[in-house]
Amino acid sequence: MQIPKSFLGYKRENGRVGTRNHVIILPVDDISNACAEAVASNIKGTMALPHSYGRLQFGADLDLHFRTMIGTGKNPNVAAVIVIGIEPKWTKRIVDEIAKTGKPVEGFHIERTGDIGTIMKASKKAQEFAMWASEKQREECPLSDLWISVKCGESDTTSGLAANPTVGNLMDKLEPLGVHLCFGETSELTGAEKVCATRGATPEASEKFMKTWSDYNDFILKEATDDLSDSQPTAGNIAGGLTTIEEKAFGNFQKIGNCKFIDVLEPAEEPTKGKGLYFMDTSSAAAECITLQAAAGFNIHLFPTGQGNIVGNPIEPVVKLTANPLTVKGMGEHIDCDVSKILSREMTMSQAGDELIKSMIRVANGRLTCAESLGHKEFVMTKLYRSA
Amino acid sequence: MGTDIIIHDEKDNVGVVVIDKITPKQDCACWIMENDKTVQIQSVDEIQLGHKIAMVDLNEGDTILKYGHDIGKVVKSIKKGEHVHVHNVKTKKW
Repeated sequence: MQIPKSFLGYKRENGRVGTRNHVIILPVDDISNACAEAVASNIKGTMALPHSYGRLQFGADLDLHFRTMIGTGKNPNVAAVIVIGIEPKWTKRIVDEIAKTGKPVEGFHIERTGDIGTIMKASKKAQEFAMWASEKQREECPLSDLWISVKCGESDTTSGLAANPTVGNLMDKLEPLGVHLCFGETSELTGAEKVCATRGATPEASEKFMKTWSDYNDFILKEATDDLSDSQPTAGNIAGGLTTIEEKAFGNFQKIGNCKFIDVLEPAEEPTKGKGLYFMDTSSAAAECITLQAAAGFNIHLFPTGQGNIVGNPIEPVVKLTANPLTVKGMGEHIDCDVSKILSREMTMSQAGDELIKSMIRVANGRLTCAESLGHKEFVMTKLYRSA
Repeated sequence: MGTDIIIHDEKDNVGVVVIDKITPKQDCACWIMENDKTVQIQSVDEIQLGHKIAMVDLNEGDTILKYGHDIGKVVKSIKKGEHVHVHNVKTKKW
């Protein structure tokens, strides 16, 4: 297949390109959710991103909270941002960082005004942003403007046999074209960590990966009361035939094809070493992982599933594929790309990779994903430890 | 002829059922992805889609190889053609 050289995206002020054109209402903290949701309800064409945290966090956990908030606002799939927090200081900190992209952003704080007054002021600005954004047009952009993140979920043995290698095939084909790529799931590489480390593009990248994995494993060994056998593999994984975390890890690892990772990112950290594959230290919980990847600036997501994970993300479209014929049959409304014919050998891995490239570009051009059409917009903050 | 079981790597001692299920004493065609060879095996158990079959006799303590890599240890001996899963294989981690 001739790989298309371009797609239709939204060019942003800072040179990045979006596959979506969202105007978001971003609450800084849990208690500002109601206000943000009221604004989004008032003004059509806007979307609130409620979440559970943002109060009394400290240290690395607070840094991650800010990184996720700011990164979400900076993501090129977002045209403009209204930030609403309880107090002015943290609200301003987020607004100022998002403003560096050049996109329209305005902050509101609730203290001394109350919800109703804040809703009124923020709604007026949100209306202005939504109407401004609605005039933005898609333009032809090189494929290298795609920043593609990947994560698998509700995996079974068909994931490792076919769906994950399909993603790997796509990576092998698109990496030379200059795209950014990102995989994560520190915990679900357990058992394959040494093999994964050999896939660092430099000794520094390999060492950084092993340190990240070891830090995670030390944490598990310290916190775990028993072992992780009850959660890794999950009940869904086991039903699908996966027996051990090692088996799951080697299946997971098929997603990167033959690519080598050039750097290891902190959760929600924006890559800065240019095109190529990055590993990000993330949880393996689907919504947490994708939320972090979106906050790092990735603009389209590929999600291979076995038993049928249904996750979506509010700002980063999630393209789902499966090789499990029972999942296609039973819950086809969640599957954007069916590669189950690999198992019956009616489709080669390369043909499957081509199908996925086509599905992904259609979504990049604006086609709704299954998850978007079903209203999935799971926005889940990663919490490193308890609040003060 | 159709493929009933797929094996990732020639070194692997397990294969994955890729049809709805296989039944006891079924003669199954197994495709090895790595080298595109086909081998046969007769099943002992009924095994569902996505679940694994032992390609050789395995003793307690043996290592299960899949993708050509170690994915766990045998905790209860397994005969060629039997179902391989959490009842007879455990992780070497944790």
